[in-house]
Amino acid sequence: MAAGERSRPEAIKAIPLRHPWRWVSAIVVLALAAAALYTFATAPGLDWRVVGQYLFFPQILRGIVVTLELTVIAMVIGVVLGVLLAVMRLSANPVVSTVSWFYIWFFRGTPVLVQLFFWYNLALILPHLSVGIPFTHIEWVGTTNQIVSPFLAAILGLGLNEAAYMSEVVRAGIISVDQGQTEAAQALGMARVRVMRRIVLPQAMRVILPPTGNETISMLKTSSLAYITTVAELFYVQTEISNANFSVVELLVVASIWYLLMTSILTFGQYYLERYFARGSARLLPLTPLQRFRRMLFHFHDPPPVGPFEPPPIYPHHEDRII
Amino acid sequence: MATPMVLAEAVHKCYGRLEVLRGIDLSVAPREVLCIVGPSGSGKSTFLRCINHLEKIDAGRLSVDGELVGYRQRGDKIYELPDREVCRKRSEIGMVFQRFNLFPHMTALENIMEAPVRVKGEPQKVVEERGRSLLARVGLADKVDVYPNHLSGGQQQRVAIARALAMQPKLMLFDEPTSALDPELVGDVLDVMRGLAQDGMTMVVVTHEMGFAREVGDSLVFMDGGVIVESGNPREVLANPQHERTRAFLSKVL
Repeated sequence: MAAGERSRPEAIKAIPLRHPWRWVSAIVVLALAAAALYTFATAPGLDWRVVGQYLFFPQILRGIVVTLELTVIAMVIGVVLGVLLAVMRLSANPVVSTVSWFYIWFFRGTPVLVQLFFWYNLALILPHLSVGIPFTHIEWVGTTNQIVSPFLAAILGLGLNEAAYMSEVVRAGIISVDQGQTEAAQALGMARVRVMRRIVLPQAMRVILPPTGNETISMLKTSSLAYITTVAELFYVQTEISNANFSVVELLVVASIWYLLMTSILTFGQYYLERYFARGSARLLPLTPLQRFRRMLFHFHDPPPVGPFEPPPIYPHHEDRII
Repeated sequence: MATPMVLAEAVHKCYGRLEVLRGIDLSVAPREVLCIVGPSGSGKSTFLRCINHLEKIDAGRLSVDGELVGYRQRGDKIYELPDREVCRKRSEIGMVFQRFNLFPHMTALENIMEAPVRVKGEPQKVVEERGRSLLARVGLADKVDVYPNHLSGGQQQRVAIARALAMQPKLMLFDEPTSALDPELVGDVLDVMRGLAQDGMTMVVVTHEMGFAREVGDSLVFMDGGVIVESGNPREVLANPQHERTRAFLSKVL
C-alpha cells in the first residue's frame, strides 16, 4: 500500500498542560491594579460629585467641540501640507527640495508651545498685514489682531508644526513603495503625477496610516496647549472653571475623561481604516477589536490566529536595475 | 524594406564611469522575435530599458518604428522630448518585468484596465471587455477579481503580460520574464509568449530559456561586456557558436 493511501491517524487528544503561574501572576496584577484604582477613587480630596456635576457642563461640551475643530483643521493642514512637503523633498529640483528640508528643520526644531506663542504674539512684530499686487494700488490691509484671531493663531501653530512631522511620515511611505511599481507604471505610459497619485500614494498609505493615526491622537492632546492663545478649547475651559470654583483636580478628571473617550474613538476608527488599506496586501485581515475581545474571553488557549501585517518590501531587487 | 521596429546604431550607456553598453548595433523587423542572451551584467536588461526610455542613452541612435527614442531631431540638432511625448511613445510599447510589478492594491482586472482607461482614455466598457478576454487568453478567466498577492508567480506574470497587451502595443519587451518563477510555472508563461509570437507580435526577449529562443526566436544576439559578441539564427548560434565566449557561456547554461 502506498504511503498516500494510508488512512489518516486519529487526532491527538492530549491532556492540556496546566499553567498555575499564569493564574498567580494574573491575580497579583489584578490585585495591584485594583488597589491603585481604589486609592485614587476614594481619595479624600477628590469629590466625585463635582466631577459628575461638571462632566456635561455646557461650557465643557462647547470646549470639546472647539478641541475637535482644532484637531481636525490642524490635521487637515498637516496632511495636505505634509504631502506637498514630502513630494517637494523628493523632487529632482534641488531648490525645491532644500526649501522643504529647511521648513522641516525649522518647525521640528522648535517647541510647538513656542510656535503657538509666536503666532499669538504676531502683532508685536507685524502690527499690520497686507496682501497686494506689487506696482499696483490693489492692496488689502488689516491689523494683525483683527486677522490673526486666537483660533487662527492656534490653527497656524498646530497645523504648520504638524506639517513638518507629517511630511516625514509621508516621505517614509513613498520611499517604502518598490521602485518597480513606478517603472511598471511609467512603462504603461503614465505621467509622473498620475504614477504618484494612482500607484505610489495608495500603496504608501499602508505605511502612512498607522503613524498618521498616532499623530491625530497626539494632536487631540497637543491641542490643549492652544489654551495659551486663549482659545476656548477643553483644557482652557476647565482651567477657567477651576479658577473660579477651586475644584482643580475634579475638573482635570473631567477633562481627562473626555480626552480618553475621544482618543479611544479615534483608536477604534484607525483600526478600520487600516483594514481597508490593507486590502490586497495581507492574505488574511487582522481581527477587529470586537473579534479580538471575543477571542480573549472564550478561546484564550488558542495560539494567536493572525500576526501583524507583513512589512512592505523595500527595494527588494534593485540589483537587477543596475545592469 | 519596411521600417525596422527597433533600430540601434552604436548605442552607448554609462552609469557614472561604468560603461554598460559599448556600442550596440541591431535591428528588429516588424513581426520578428529577437532573443537576447548573455551572462548577468552584460547589459542586456539595460538595453531593453533603453528601448522605452526608462534609461537614457548617452551616445548613438536608437529608434522605434522610425522615430528616435526620447529625442527629436530637427536639422542637426537633437531636442529632448517633453514628458508627455515620452509617455505617449511608451504607451505603444508593452513591457514585462522579471519581478512582474503588478499593482498590489488592484485586482487582476483593475491592473489591466488602469492604463487603457486613464492613459489612453478609452471607454471603461470596451476596456473591461478586452481585459476579460485577455485574461481568458492567458488562461486566467477565473482570476478576474483576485488581488496579485493571491496569485502564484506564473499567474502574476501572465496577468502582467495581459496588462501590457491591453494597451495594444506594437512592440513587446520582455525582461527575463521567467527568471523569478518556479521551474514548474515557467511553461505556462512561455506558452503565452509563444502564442503571441505566432500572432505576429514584434518581441524583444531577454531570456535564459535557450529552448524558447531556439523554438520561437527568429534571431538571437549574445551579449557580453556591453557589446554584441555574436548574432544570427538562434538554431545556428546555439548549435554552432563561432566565438569562444559564446561557447563558454552556452556550455554552462545548456
